[in-house]
Formats: sequence, structure tokens, C-alpha cells
Amino acid sequence: MALLSKKDTNLIKDPLADNNPITIQVLGICSALAITAELKASVVMAVSVMFVLGAGNVVISLMRNIIPSKIRIIVQLIVVATLVIIVDQVLKAYAYELSKTLAVFVGLIITNCIIMGRFEAFALANGPWRSFLDGIGNSLGYGIILVIVGFFRELLGSGTLFGYPVLGDPITKTGLYATGYENNGFMIIPPAALIVVGIIIWVQRSRNPALVEEN
Amino acid sequence: MAIKTDSNFYTVVFAAVMVVVVGSILAFLASALRPNIMENERFEKQQNILYAMGVNENGDDAGSVNFIPTDVVEGEFSSYIKEQLVIQGDQITQNNEAYLIDLKKQLANMKKGEDYKLPVFIGEKDGKKFYIIPMYGKGLWDAIWGFIALDDTMTVQGVYFDHKGETPGLGANIKMRYFMDDFKGESILKGTQYAGIAVAKGNNDPLNNIKDDNEVDALAGATITGNGVSAMIRETVKLYKPYLETIRAK
Repeated sequence: MALLSKKDTNLIKDPLADNNPITIQVLGICSALAITAELKASVVMAVSVMFVLGAGNVVISLMRNIIPSKIRIIVQLIVVATLVIIVDQVLKAYAYELSKTLAVFVGLIITNCIIMGRFEAFALANGPWRSFLDGIGNSLGYGIILVIVGFFRELLGSGTLFGYPVLGDPITKTGLYATGYENNGFMIIPPAALIVVGIIIWVQRSRNPALVEEN
Repeated sequence: MAIKTDSNFYTVVFAAVMVVVVGSILAFLASALRPNIMENERFEKQQNILYAMGVNENGDDAGSVNFIPTDVVEGEFSSYIKEQLVIQGDQITQNNEAYLIDLKKQLANMKKGEDYKLPVFIGEKDGKKFYIIPMYGKGLWDAIWGFIALDDTMTVQGVYFDHKGETPGLGANIKMRYFMDDFKGESILKGTQYAGIAVAKGNNDPLNNIKDDNEVDALAGATITGNGVSAMIRETVKLYKPYLETIRAK
């Protein structure tokens, strides 16, 4: 027996491409703009969201039959905030260095629209295992876009990847900079992320015209 | 078994139970982890103070910030930091727990017009004296803080910056080594005036070769955070000026 049925596999695969949370559902744009100036931050954010969304989807799914529909959004918010605070406190006590790195992301995770979106659209109507897969799939789809955007912004904006200078030194003019190449300062500021995401959306819809909305 | 989840009564009961459950979990967790967290924060402060005076594991090569390991920091701290002083008005007293003083609280007291305490740490390394002063200010989103180590000519020997929530990749880079290293060798004096050091966008000196301009090169895309750092240093210098006057070599 396969671990994942075909339907389950699709839960992971769909958000990676044709149902991507950022480029198709247009959720989580705020954090995609804010923290993608460097690749490391993108990866950290992607992993954090994966944890919170995976765990949160399971909790919401387990509670789905007892949550009063009138206050379900507040309940979802409490669940995600509690999860994030628990993780934050445990890290502070046992992995202080890591918690320092993650501190700035905590607020961004709670307000990430993908998390509320998946709770509302999926976990409230499906069982825990499927919800877990949906959470992992969507956070992977989110993470991929973050890493692509982070890659281009850090490479073109700072000439580095994960902080390592890959194009040479812009101040002493070595490597590529010796030929007159300059870093593009625009790539460092958030509007550049909008353009990179826009290009990804363009490429994706050109390859699969079925994704283009009719007006 | 179907539960009638739509009724007002159920909604209210559910909300109440949820608040109690979540509140208890968080309260329990917070009090259970508190000793660990406090200790980590204490070690971090010691590491930061030592980092500013150049006691760290940076080496020569890597561009990353490396502290003294947490398991030895307590011993190193007591061997390098010779004196911890608390300035309160005109009085200067010794206090071996001065590093635990929360500067944020003291500055708030100052604004309210109440008594406030300012800590100073005197370190000694290779026969040289360092005066390490804590700083606290605000960046773009939230608090920024740090330590600045001076010698008796008011030349910066090292700094450490940290922040609560500056943007990763932009303002958060104030705690990168290339930014902090730029402050070394700059003077907080301009002539005989206590001018501080400004994070300047237009100083046209990216390698920071000019050490007497009271300026370091700014970070791209982090204007407000940079201004926050400038203001923080300026305010701190102003606050400690009476004390600095007493130690300055003339």
C-alpha cells in the first residue's frame, strides 16, 4: 500500500504549480515582499510557515466539528498565535541562537494570509491527515516562490547568495565587477519583489493558458 | 452525536473554555521556561558586552559575528570586566550586577522625571582599558539597542548592535559584522564637542578609510534604521557626557 494515495499526492503537488498560494491564489504576498531581500531569510520563513501551517491545519481539522461557525476566524487566529508563541518560547529556552534569528518572523507568520486561508478553505472541511498534507503542500508552494524571489533579489541586488559574494567584490572591483557591472540597488527594496513575482506569474500563465482568467 | 454549534450559548461557552485552556497552557509554559530564558538572556548580555570590547571568536577570516561560547561566558565576563559602575545623578557606585539593569526602564524613568541609573562597564584587555556603555533607541519597526566600547581618547574600540524587529536583509543588517566593524576607530568627538557617530548615506566613503569624519557608510534600503542608530549613539553620548568628561585623557 502506498503511503500516499493519488489524491493525497495531489494535495502536495497542486500548490507547487497550478494552485500556487502566491502566484495563483495571491495569498501571502505581504511576506513575500517583505523578507525576500536575501535568500537566507526566505528559507527561514518558508520552513517556519511549513511548521505552523502543518501543525495548525491538523489542530483546526481536529476541532472542525466543535468550532462555532460564528467565531471561527477568532478561533483560528488563537490557534495560530498560540502555536507560534509556544514555538517561540521553547526556542528561547532551549535554542536561544535560533530564536534570535526567527524573532522577526514571528509576527509575520501570525499575519500570513496563507495560514488563515488554508484553515478556512481546507482544514475546516477535511480530516487531519489530509489537512496536514495540504498544509505542507501549500507551504512548499509558498516557499518555492520565496526562494526564487530571494535568489534573484539577493544575486542582483547585493551580488551575494546566502551572504557569500558570488560575483566578486563590488567595492574593490573584482570578479564580474571588474567588467563594469554594478549591483542593482532597486532589487533590495520591496517593489522589486512585486516585479519578480509578476514575472513568475507571467511565465506560469504563458506555459499554462488554462490559468488565465477570462474577463 | 451532533452538537448544536450554532447556538449563542454554545458559542459563549466554547469561547470561554478556549480562553481558559489556551491561557493556562501559555501561562504554564511561560513560568516553566522562565528560568531557562532568563539565563539565556543574561549570557547574551555578557556576550554582547564582551563582543563590543573585542573579546569574541571572530578570528580574522570569516565575515560573521562569533561570540564567546555560552558555557564559558560567565568566567570570561568576570575576568575581563574589572568594574561595573552605576551612575545615579552625581553619584557613581560599584555594582556587580549593573549589567542586569534594564536601560529601557531607566530611560523611561528619566522621561518621567524620576531617578534613573546608568550602567558603565570597565573592561581590561592586554593592559588597555575599555569603557563600555549600553545604548537603547528605536529603529523602523521596534527597539534597537547595543553597546559601544570607548578608550580614554573617546575613540570607538568596538560596537555591538541588535534589534527586535527590523526588516531581514535591510535594517536587520545593523547586526552584521561589516556594518559594526566600520565604527572601529571612529571618534565620538568632533574637536572637543561630543558629536557621536552618524550613519550617513552620502559620505562617499564606502571603505570607511576616513576615520575623523564622525560618519560611517549607511546600509542600502535601511534609511530609517540607520537614522535610528545615529540618534541612539547621539542620545547615549549626550546622556553619558558628564561621566565621559571625567575619564577623557586631556
